[in-house]
Amino acid sequence: MLSRVAERIYWLARYLERAENTARLVSTYHFLLLDLPKGAQVGWRALPVITGGQTQFAERYARADERNTLRFLLADAANPGSLANSVAWARENCRTSREELPGEAWEQINELHLFVTERVASALARGGRFEFLSGVIRRCQQLTGLLHGVMSRGHAYDFIELGRHLERADMSSRVIDIGTQGHPLSDRPRDEAVQLDVHVWTSILKALTAYQMYRKDLRIAVNDTDVAAYLLHDGNFPRSVRHCLNEIESSLGNLPLHRDMLRRVRSASHVLDQIKPAELGAAGLHQGLDGLQIGICAIHEGIRETWFRG
Amino acid sequence: MTINWNLYDPQGGYDELIGAPGTARAPATHLTDWLRSLSDEEIRLRKLNAELAIIDKGVTFTVYSDGENIDRAWPFDIIPRVLPLSEWQWVEAGLKQRLKALNRFIDDLYHDQRVLTDGVVPRELIADSKGFRQECVGIHPAHGVWAHVCGSDLVRDADGTLYVLEDNLRVPSGVSYMIENREVTKRVLPELFENVTILPVDDYPERLLAMLQSISPARGPRHQVSVLTPGIYNSAYFEHAFLARSMGAQLVEGADLVVGKDDTVYMKTIQGLTRVDVIYRRVDDLFLDPEVFNPASVLGVRGLMRAWRQGKVALANAPGCGVADDKVIYSYVPDIIRYYLAEEPLLPNVPTYRCLEAADREYVLDNLPTLVVKPANESGGYGMLVGPQSTARERHEFARLLKANPRNYIAQPALKLSTAPTLCDGALEPRHLDLRPFILQGRDTYVTAGGLTRVAMRKGSLVVNSSQGGGSKDTWVVDSEYA
Repeated sequence: MLSRVAERIYWLARYLERAENTARLVSTYHFLLLDLPKGAQVGWRALPVITGGQTQFAERYARADERNTLRFLLADAANPGSLANSVAWARENCRTSREELPGEAWEQINELHLFVTERVASALARGGRFEFLSGVIRRCQQLTGLLHGVMSRGHAYDFIELGRHLERADMSSRVIDIGTQGHPLSDRPRDEAVQLDVHVWTSILKALTAYQMYRKDLRIAVNDTDVAAYLLHDGNFPRSVRHCLNEIESSLGNLPLHRDMLRRVRSASHVLDQIKPAELGAAGLHQGLDGLQIGICAIHEGIRETWFRG
Repeated sequence: MTINWNLYDPQGGYDELIGAPGTARAPATHLTDWLRSLSDEEIRLRKLNAELAIIDKGVTFTVYSDGENIDRAWPFDIIPRVLPLSEWQWVEAGLKQRLKALNRFIDDLYHDQRVLTDGVVPRELIADSKGFRQECVGIHPAHGVWAHVCGSDLVRDADGTLYVLEDNLRVPSGVSYMIENREVTKRVLPELFENVTILPVDDYPERLLAMLQSISPARGPRHQVSVLTPGIYNSAYFEHAFLARSMGAQLVEGADLVVGKDDTVYMKTIQGLTRVDVIYRRVDDLFLDPEVFNPASVLGVRGLMRAWRQGKVALANAPGCGVADDKVIYSYVPDIIRYYLAEEPLLPNVPTYRCLEAADREYVLDNLPTLVVKPANESGGYGMLVGPQSTARERHEFARLLKANPRNYIAQPALKLSTAPTLCDGALEPRHLDLRPFILQGRDTYVTAGGLTRVAMRKGSLVVNSSQGGGSKDTWVVDSEYA
């Protein structure tokens, strides 16, 4: 497989996963907002922080209100991480690596792209938001399912898996970090915000579609340390960081020249092992997640150096 | 209201579907009857479905305009163009004959040049040719074949005769649209395929792959075949990707390839460097190898010509084959066929005046308003004078160009191209069209069943190029024996 094509396929999977994750995150915030009592201030500013775009956001918008945040996250052409851009880049990467991908994938990604271009404006108002976001999530999942269902398990598929799980591990660790921010969902003073803790961790579960599985698997109440541990370490849950790292390791193993890469993944795994929420306070957890982020970045750099340089 | 074929008026020209008012030609009767059974609303719906299918499938072509590359949806008319199998068999034989002779001609030009010595084609034509490559002299491509893929444009005049208008030998495009047109027709008019025997067209990628494998220098059953594209901004990129994907070949850009010290071509892969045996190149000659041709080219591969000359890699089409893709050489093709094959040409050329010859030139200058004047080396319908639609000023300008560089121009009578019913604003109207079949030659020869029909969508227009507002139709070769 060509290095150039491998790189495009890898990014296709990352952008697709990013688009889906962004839609889930925004959707969770949207519903949380509806649950909160009238007059409660919702901290929309947390969203650009989670997606790593806070600097760009601050440069372009004066107020971190609902409309600006949503415009930035979903529609903004100047935000490289916006949902619209993720989908456009996924399409562009698909367009330039079509010979490796099933023809239907191109049809579906075109359809997704059209859907987003035509409808993203409708998501800025509350009325059309749910339909738009669930439409995006459904289409992303359809594509993931298609690739899973019809692609031979060769190198192209390995790069899809690598991209998807790396992006997912990245996003999961960022979302867990919401819980370490003290009062991310409220601009109220700390003492009032404490009572929102359950809401915060429930939202974190929901943003990663983990709520039902957490309940079913653990059968315990929502609390910070158990939720964090579940999302970090439960290898059976497909959006946990542990599961993603396991999948990355197994995909890497199928590729040529993978020895150095395995070392990098194991070292990130080791960092993950050391993050024990029950023994850490919010600050310690935040620090641990920072280390994990560094490990994830190192895996990405390694992938780039090993296979994409040609 | 439904279609009333009695009201359809081919305006005295030859129509591909309707012979006399209200009467369909034999192979098209099933189609016209069925169309008549549809309501206007139903037809509108099918047309809409076709447009959606084309958007969903992402069938696009790229036009360069206002400094930007724009991806446009492929223009398609749902009413197919129908040809009888009996006629097609004759055309197919004629096209094979033509390409065989052209390949013998090219091979001769790069070796003994007997055809020039024997005075069949004037020597000065080759000396001045833009397509002749000195670098290719003495090279022996497999099977003596240089032009492996040819797209010949056929047109039908008012009396029903099919003529060859030109042979595109360099990097002819359009075949993917032929295949996609059929796919779309199957989606939106599936009922028609139940009762008519229409020859399939989707075996082309398989045939192309077999041809490319037949010229591979590698022994054994496995050959690394790749398609070399100038990249996503090329107007035919969709097709390059389509062909690579349907052949299971690698789609490569110049930067993906490298020629090693052993003069072998390798591609950069996740495993490291991998040998390449055959390159179906969709990059023009002059950009293929900065070492030999345009030194500024970033589309090509340094050392590619070295590898090809030593037989380490096969290139299709071979560099230098464009020497026969020249409208002046075209006028000699009937003689070329007689010379190499000792056969009479099965398909006629459009009568052609060579401005290089004094008598012809005089005639052309005196009759510009009735002629079409074409430059020898352009494609895409650019740089032409269409006499009947020209202004005095344009004719004056062309007369000047033609006298300054007579070698570069030919002229042909303006044919009244045949028409076929085409959906225009919900009604069926005759529109002019041509046909581009694709011919393959490696160890064997192959011709597509039909080809790509291009339609001039503007009323009365003869320009069918998609870059200039042309559309397309699915093309059916129908076996009436089993209709």
